[in-house]
Amino acid sequence: MIAFKLAYRNLMGAGLRTFLIVFILSVSYVLIIFMNGLYQGWNHHARADMIDWEVGQGQFWQEQYDPYDPFTYADAHAPVPPEIKTAAEQGRVAPILLSQATIYPEGRIQSIKLKGIAVQQDVLSVPTDKLVAEDHIIPALAGTRMAKSARLEEGDYLLVRWRDVNGTFDAAEVKITGIFSSPVPAVDAGQIWIPLDQMQEMLQMPGEATLIVSGKGVELPGKIPGWEFRDHDFLFAELEAMIKTKSTGGSILYLILLALALLAVFDTQVLSIFRRQREIGTYISMGMTRRQVVGLFTVEGTMHAILALALAAVYGIPLLLWFAKTGLGMPEGTDSFGLASAERILPYYSAAVITGTILLIMITTTIVSYMPARKISKMNPTEAIRGKIQ
Amino acid sequence: MENNTIIKIENLVKQFPVGGGTFTALNGISLSFGKGEFSGIVGPSGSGKTTLLNIIGSLDSPTKGEVTVMGTGSGGMNAKTASQLRKNHIGFIFQTYNLMSVYTVYENVEFPLLLLKMPASERRKAVLDAIEWVGLTDKIKSRPPQLSGGESQRVAIARAMVKRPGLVLADEPTANLDAANSHHILQTMETLNKELKTTFLFATHDDKVIRYLKRIVTLADGKVVSDESVK
Repeated sequence: MIAFKLAYRNLMGAGLRTFLIVFILSVSYVLIIFMNGLYQGWNHHARADMIDWEVGQGQFWQEQYDPYDPFTYADAHAPVPPEIKTAAEQGRVAPILLSQATIYPEGRIQSIKLKGIAVQQDVLSVPTDKLVAEDHIIPALAGTRMAKSARLEEGDYLLVRWRDVNGTFDAAEVKITGIFSSPVPAVDAGQIWIPLDQMQEMLQMPGEATLIVSGKGVELPGKIPGWEFRDHDFLFAELEAMIKTKSTGGSILYLILLALALLAVFDTQVLSIFRRQREIGTYISMGMTRRQVVGLFTVEGTMHAILALALAAVYGIPLLLWFAKTGLGMPEGTDSFGLASAERILPYYSAAVITGTILLIMITTTIVSYMPARKISKMNPTEAIRGKIQ
Repeated sequence: MENNTIIKIENLVKQFPVGGGTFTALNGISLSFGKGEFSGIVGPSGSGKTTLLNIIGSLDSPTKGEVTVMGTGSGGMNAKTASQLRKNHIGFIFQTYNLMSVYTVYENVEFPLLLLKMPASERRKAVLDAIEWVGLTDKIKSRPPQLSGGESQRVAIARAMVKRPGLVLADEPTANLDAANSHHILQTMETLNKELKTTFLFATHDDKVIRYLKRIVTLADGKVVSDESVK
């Protein structure tokens, strides 16, 4: 406790120099917590949005299906397994049939992914209730990104061409009955949604699907022959990897800031030990052991981090809470990277991030404070008292 | 050791390595100092005064011989017992005052008591008493850069005396002071010596100090050349 008391006095006595180091360290605390909170918030939002719009509670994939290889789409279809047929009819699971197709908006040619989805599904937020047939026209949904790229508006008619199960080209006109806005580009960009039964008919694949999205509370069979279950760990792996990459990139910024603050602490320690040799000798003459003086200087350096924590709490807590409430607007086009992103990300500050940040700064500050202070243990007190440089 | 003896030095030799050989700073010193003495070790520069004071203060160790201070012998002394001895029984006064520049007068004087973990109320009284002894009550919140040389040395005396040590070691305490301040400082120390029965041991070659001493030990080339009591 004495070391803390003395260290506090010494730091307060150092005035502006202490304040500057403490301020930079406090910014490090706030920035690290904010950045990590932002990535966690982004992750949190993206996962929730992807569950709502794309992955549900997991998916069964027809064994041939590879989302990254459009050439597999032609063979990746099979009848909806009888084990989950009832759930599909009740809308508790959402079978989706996939095919490559071409559209001709305003006379241009555009390749798309055609997706058939059960109208009665209650699993995904895709507004399938708008897939209402009028006469013999096929209703279709497009997301805002797709609508923008193809200049589609609600009520537009669009020519779609596809190949059926036998490889025969066929074409029909669809009517855009709804345009929806989704934070998940994977259900929007480059694709058109139509009713599953009509798509099965178009492709001559009655009762078939490429993948089946599970809803909440559905008891799924462990294994279905010809289908593979993909759980959240698998389906979010890409998202996790992308956020990790972005988080690593972002961490460079705050690590540079932290390194600067630590360098300032280190320099201050080196300078202190150089300039305060007489003081060190005096401490020893008054009964402190060299180890205690090393401890005092280490605590003094570490106390920068403690004071910075207090300062960070003063302005950081209101600031971080304000961000947590209002969120941070994401720049337009963020979702064009393919990563699910809401318009505003609300940072999420977990106890682990806060504790981890505090420990990171405390431990690194203690280390950079201790390293130069070790020199004291080799000092000759009689020389130090006279202020002789050692 | 006699009951009255505070410091006992027997055949003390101190050598320092210099270049390839050694330099003998103290050569066969034997002395003893009793409780309440107001003594000085005098001699020219390089005679070994400060080295002797440092060894008595357990800041340095003998090459040969034995030094016993307040019952603690240098033979079995380690860093911890040496620091305990300094913390509990010895006060130091330096030529350059060695005050902590960022501390106030009060905080400088309080420092030794913090190391002794004295309770706050007791500590406060002891600090205020010590500051009053040296007549600096009106400067209690000042910091060393705001004090004159004489005032700074008086703070150093208060700091050395606040824990009521058995022994105060003063190394050239007046070297940086003018005559008036030197006399003031010495009068203060003389008064404290009489009132508190604290043993004062000076290392000096300053005539102003020598005039106040009751016993003068003269060193030359690391040896005691005279040891006289002054009436």
